[in-house]
Amino acid sequence: MIDTTTLWIVIVGLGVGTFLIRFSFTGLVGSRSMPNWLLRHLRYTAVAVLPALVAPLVVWPAATGGTPDAPRAIAAIATITIGIWTKNVIAAIATGATTLFGLLYLIG
Amino acid sequence: MSTSTTKSIFWQGFRDGAPFLLVVAPFSVLFGVLATEAGLSVFETMAFSIVVIAGAAQFTALQLMVENVPTAIVLTSALAVNLRMAMYSASLTPHIGSAPLWQRAIAAYFTVDQSYACSIARYEAEPDLTVPQKMAYFFGAVAPVCPMWYVFTLIGALAGAQIPDEFALDFALPITFLALITPMLRTGAHVVAAMVAILTALISAGIPYNLGLIVAGLAGMIAGAQTELWMQRKVQVQ
Repeated sequence: MIDTTTLWIVIVGLGVGTFLIRFSFTGLVGSRSMPNWLLRHLRYTAVAVLPALVAPLVVWPAATGGTPDAPRAIAAIATITIGIWTKNVIAAIATGATTLFGLLYLIG
Repeated sequence: MSTSTTKSIFWQGFRDGAPFLLVVAPFSVLFGVLATEAGLSVFETMAFSIVVIAGAAQFTALQLMVENVPTAIVLTSALAVNLRMAMYSASLTPHIGSAPLWQRAIAAYFTVDQSYACSIARYEAEPDLTVPQKMAYFFGAVAPVCPMWYVFTLIGALAGAQIPDEFALDFALPITFLALITPMLRTGAHVVAAMVAILTALISAGIPYNLGLIVAGLAGMIAGAQTELWMQRKVQVQ
């Protein structure tokens, strides 16, 4: 069992700490201008961090215990292909989901 | 800009954020289930989701507490999982940094993977949006996602039953994020940033506390920035 005091220290500590991380730049820097070299790096934050977040989940899916899985890999490729081709987020999600469920149904 | 325009932008954000329900609902149900299984009361489980509102970090902290890891290590590990949000905060600052402090504070609380990914995609696609419009879009994207984080945590905590594995909901997150990222790959520099980040993430997956993600993010950002500089120089030479 988790000790109640420990639990509340973690909830409050994690809540405050996470807020400070989230508020770090929007709160402290605010409307002050940032140097060009920093802005140049920040332009690539989304296209770097989000794929890095997803890549291990695609290659080593948790649901298969980390074993690479053909339906999930193909579904990811289908999502990317339709995303690049149509630039339509909903179409890409629908394609990825249909591919995944179709292949899981066929291959099992 | 009229208020009706700001209002319609809020609803655009709402519409764009809505698909993320597919990601958030199973994730939060699962947290509710696992937390109550670990012995937390419904009240404690809800407090966890409302105070912290960060899925991956909540799972990390819960798992480590179940394993009786020292409190300081629990906190450090879970906060490390959330370090990526400092990069989100930095990336949002050029867009919403001049909004009123109270709005930025509320936005900070609601800065999660989904609201960040949605908003930054729109800000880059439409750089002419005013700061109030950008805030309206951000809160629009938050509206269908974050309240449901609480609601589905509660459902999980009360139901206490597993979602059937056949739903393959583990893969809702990769698919929605890939769908959102690909239209953002507008230039060669964006593609290089993504490729370097992916390769680094896969190579550094073994680094503990999820720090491989931070390394991969920084590597991708540096690669993107350097490619941009290189492309500019090439244009100037020609």
